[in-house]
Amino acid sequence: MVTALSGDQPPVVMTHKDLHFIHVKQGGLYWVASTKTNPSPFTLIEFLNRFAGLTKDYCGSLSEKSVRMNFALIYELLDEMVDYGYIQTASTDILKNFIQTEAVSSKPFSLFDLSNVGLFGAETQQSKVAPSVAASRPIMSNRGEQGGKNEIFVDVIERLSVVIGSNGVIMKSDIQGEIRIKCFLPTCSEMRIGLNEELSIGKSQLKGYSSAVRIDECRFHQAVKLDEFDNFRILKVCPSQGEQTVMQYQLCDELPCALPFQLFPSVEKDYVNRVLIFLKLRCDLPPKSTALNVSITVPVPKGSVSMSQELSSPDQTAELQTKNKALLWEIPRFPGGAQLSALFKVDVPGLSSASLLEVGPVSMSFELPKQTCTGLQIRFLRLSPTQTGLSHRWVRYVSHSDSYTIRI
Amino acid sequence: MPYFGSEETVKELKRALSNPNVQADRLRYRDYISKVIRYMTQGLDVSALFMEMVKASATVDIVQKKLVYLYMCTYASVKPELALLAINTLRKDCADPNPMVRGLALRNMCNLRMPGLTEYLEQPLVAGLRDKASYVRRVAVLGCAKMHSLQPSTEIDSSIVNELYALLRDPDPVVVVNCLRALEEILKDEGGVVINKPIAHHLLNRMKDLDSWSQSEVLTFLLRYIPRSDEELFDVLSLLDAFLQSPHAHVAMATLCLFLHYASSHTAVQNDALQRSTAPLLASCGTTSRELRFAGLCHIRQVMRSQPSLFASHYKRFFCSYSEPGYIKLHKMEILVELVNDENVALVLEELRSYCTDVSPELAQAAITAIGRIARTYTEKCLEILTGLLSLKQDHITSAVIQAFKDLVWFCPQSTASVCNAIESCTDRPQDSEGKRALLWLLGEHSEGISSAPYVLEELCADELKTEWSPGVKLELLTAAVKMFLSRPAETQDTLGRLLHHCIEEESDMCVRDRALFYYRLLQRGIQETKRVLSGPKSDPSLSMLTGRQEEPVIRWVSDFNTLAPLMNKHDSMLKESERLLATQPMGVFSALAPLMDNGTSSPLQTERQRRASEPVVTTTENEPPPGDTDTTLSSHGKEDEEEAFCLSASPPLSHEEFEKLWVELQTLHTQNLLAPCAQTAPETLQAILQMVHIQTLAFTPAHTLPWRAFLYTRSAATIILTEILQEEDTVQVSVKQYPENKLALRGFLSTLQSAFQTLNAENTCENVALSF
Repeated sequence: MVTALSGDQPPVVMTHKDLHFIHVKQGGLYWVASTKTNPSPFTLIEFLNRFAGLTKDYCGSLSEKSVRMNFALIYELLDEMVDYGYIQTASTDILKNFIQTEAVSSKPFSLFDLSNVGLFGAETQQSKVAPSVAASRPIMSNRGEQGGKNEIFVDVIERLSVVIGSNGVIMKSDIQGEIRIKCFLPTCSEMRIGLNEELSIGKSQLKGYSSAVRIDECRFHQAVKLDEFDNFRILKVCPSQGEQTVMQYQLCDELPCALPFQLFPSVEKDYVNRVLIFLKLRCDLPPKSTALNVSITVPVPKGSVSMSQELSSPDQTAELQTKNKALLWEIPRFPGGAQLSALFKVDVPGLSSASLLEVGPVSMSFELPKQTCTGLQIRFLRLSPTQTGLSHRWVRYVSHSDSYTIRI
Repeated sequence: MPYFGSEETVKELKRALSNPNVQADRLRYRDYISKVIRYMTQGLDVSALFMEMVKASATVDIVQKKLVYLYMCTYASVKPELALLAINTLRKDCADPNPMVRGLALRNMCNLRMPGLTEYLEQPLVAGLRDKASYVRRVAVLGCAKMHSLQPSTEIDSSIVNELYALLRDPDPVVVVNCLRALEEILKDEGGVVINKPIAHHLLNRMKDLDSWSQSEVLTFLLRYIPRSDEELFDVLSLLDAFLQSPHAHVAMATLCLFLHYASSHTAVQNDALQRSTAPLLASCGTTSRELRFAGLCHIRQVMRSQPSLFASHYKRFFCSYSEPGYIKLHKMEILVELVNDENVALVLEELRSYCTDVSPELAQAAITAIGRIARTYTEKCLEILTGLLSLKQDHITSAVIQAFKDLVWFCPQSTASVCNAIESCTDRPQDSEGKRALLWLLGEHSEGISSAPYVLEELCADELKTEWSPGVKLELLTAAVKMFLSRPAETQDTLGRLLHHCIEEESDMCVRDRALFYYRLLQRGIQETKRVLSGPKSDPSLSMLTGRQEEPVIRWVSDFNTLAPLMNKHDSMLKESERLLATQPMGVFSALAPLMDNGTSSPLQTERQRRASEPVVTTTENEPPPGDTDTTLSSHGKEDEEEAFCLSASPPLSHEEFEKLWVELQTLHTQNLLAPCAQTAPETLQAILQMVHIQTLAFTPAHTLPWRAFLYTRSAATIILTEILQEEDTVQVSVKQYPENKLALRGFLSTLQSAFQTLNAENTCENVALSF
């Protein structure tokens, strides 16, 4: 029997006495399915992901606590979604007719609680946009309550994965993007989402002189109507309650804008047993933008014992993680156009010149609120016919790093 | 789970639930019931409350009903006599005007797992199948399957089966899919639900109405339908064409699987489908869900078995991102190795090199092994990287590099000099036994190239005497010492003497002791004799042909496609394979040929399955890495080298069917008796030896049976040679058929075969000698 899982990386499929266990990990929770047959792993994994997503929709957030508080609701969900081990439905529109239990929110909902502001998809610290808490509440909890606002959130989320060679040449740059909708409207008629008109798709299309926004390929949710997409770049969709991805797109290799960060590292051997790592980091975003939660991880030689650092401002932090043999430099806010530098002195007993090879590659993680690297924008968001009563529409953009690696 | 005062809790709940004041207050009542469910979830035994809970089921509050039903389904099997009390309420609910209540009651009634339930179930189920609400019909259809599983021994009720088949025409898509599922379960013993032409076409036409989950399931059911004509086939495929690009990975994959199955005789269609599936496959590798990424990567590896170059232009998609878990990174590296070509080799190597210093030793070693494999083609660049890594002086890196060197030298003899130099200058010693064995092998095999070899060996030997090593390392140490003694006697004699003395006098492991004794006696026979036994070629470049990537036909892996098999780790699936092999092989004489015999009766799909099952006999030896245990194989190779004039090759492979067809058609061209009486004692060894000289063993009877038979085939230039070996008592008869005739090739083949048999006999006597010590 499985008694302990190795780290956070157990195999996705485990087998014990003819019984297969398939799991996904979301929100710090393991969602496990067991089967005796040999089904499609794609179906199982997507279903588990969908189940986790629905749980999040219905309970507001995904955590051990919210699951424990809403066990009756989750039992009910599961009962309607799966019968005798067969998937019956996973669509919010159908499920909402059957789900009767109301969610228990794990924290009281307050618009003024801006300390933890973020997207429902990604943790961010953006301000002045819609409070994230507004998006992380149960979709059904608002029957007759005052908090029941007719809100709809449209998020454009882009994930960057970049590899920069030691000579500063970009070796790989990929953007995976998606447009996600989270809808709290109990009933919603057709919604029209207008994208940039000059958006071009595919590598073959000629690029004009204008700053055309280009993506390589895109895929849509099956409910999206595309009859106006080819000419006017308008997506038509009738969003159902809860969270859904209406469009996924990607762009490989030719980024339209400069990379957000440039790193100028230098690594030297100082005294007998000390490595000097000097990092100069420049943020190439437009001056008005800011990068948040920037963290830089630099692998250091094995056997590093201690480190001293010189940072340029007090809100930055740096620490040596001997277990991962890496040093971590964190910058909470990084305005566009700024340049920061830091000097690290790492003590490594028994240092050889070959050990310097172990320094690098540097990996970075960050968030760029209100930014899309492809330049994809939402021109307008129209609900037709106009909904009765007030409805709030929020459009939010965020880019964050999937993997941003810089060789030294 | 130890709950203190759990009895107290149950009593308290019991009191509260039977309190009329609580029962009157709807919210308080529901609150207590959900408390019961909470304790149930946490593992506390609350079955004592069954009576109270049954009472609570008679309510109009649907949430309360759901909670109570959940409770009942959990404990009905523990308290069957009390559960019968609930039946009445449930049956009454089955006639409720609200379809949701009807469905709920029916579903939960079928979920109660207790004997004697069926008599109550039948009537509401039949009513449910004809209900006007689709929600109730869905529940009723699956209820039929549940009822059948409650008493599996009883005869199948044909009226229900007919009704379910009729419901395949239901307007509600979920009812249709549930019918398929229920029929599949009920008719399991008869081979599951029958998909004939009208049903298949009906399902295909309904595909658009289904949700993605049902779509992928229906596609899986359609796998068992075989289109009658090419015309129909192409109609079906063009109908499903759009689903190949579905945004749902599971639909796209199920469609691809169907395309590959249906178009098994149209390679162009298969290739086109694979080509068009690259986008969804790559998309699944880029999703935020890492489990889905993993599944996508595993399936890409399957596709690459047939089309290695399909993803070549997308190689950057397989660069690891630092936040990914190890199991994804390992797969990505494996894929990168396959995708290397002249254009991307520099970038891929640079990428792999950056993984070599990863925090996780497992990943670092995998990256080094990957570079080692690329080195077979791009030797120089990789050697530079690998040699550079040695200077890091980290145990796990050094060990992996030396293991990579060992394999490299075996495959690419031209790299020997550089490897020897690198070993010479490396002062670090691997600490794990795999690394030690690799180092010892290199020292023994290439002692002329490494000037310091005897001293390193001496040092290792001294270590060995001090600390206890694993028997595997000791065996390698002995072999290395003897080999080195043959090439550099003066420097090694002392070490070897001490080592042999230690191993014979003080060693407790019998294998090591016997091996030491064997070498001792062998040395007593003189240096020439020892050399003859121990030395062989130092590398075998021709082997890279065998282990190198061959484009497999799609049929090899398609039955595993879109199942869990590609996701399981190799070890598991290999175990499964061998189990299946044992299970499917009949005990008869021609075990591996059995699928041929019943070809006429079983469906093509089944024969394919069986063929796959019997294949590992052939394929496992094909992929066996040779350097580990070289003693037997090497000597056979010395012989083969003499036959340079002509060249045998076992590829492209010949299927059992093709072999049988040829064998029946052709006349025996040549019959010969061989003087090799013990061929039948070790058929596996024979097979391995023949494999080395490119003769493929198709099938053989189990060892120690008389008469013993084996069927072999090989190709030489343009001819194909088929052979039967028949052993009766003391004679071994070889019958050869050939098409087209080619005397030279035939002669070459016979002498190769003969020398292979001699090797086998020599090997057997060797073993006997070793045993008699």
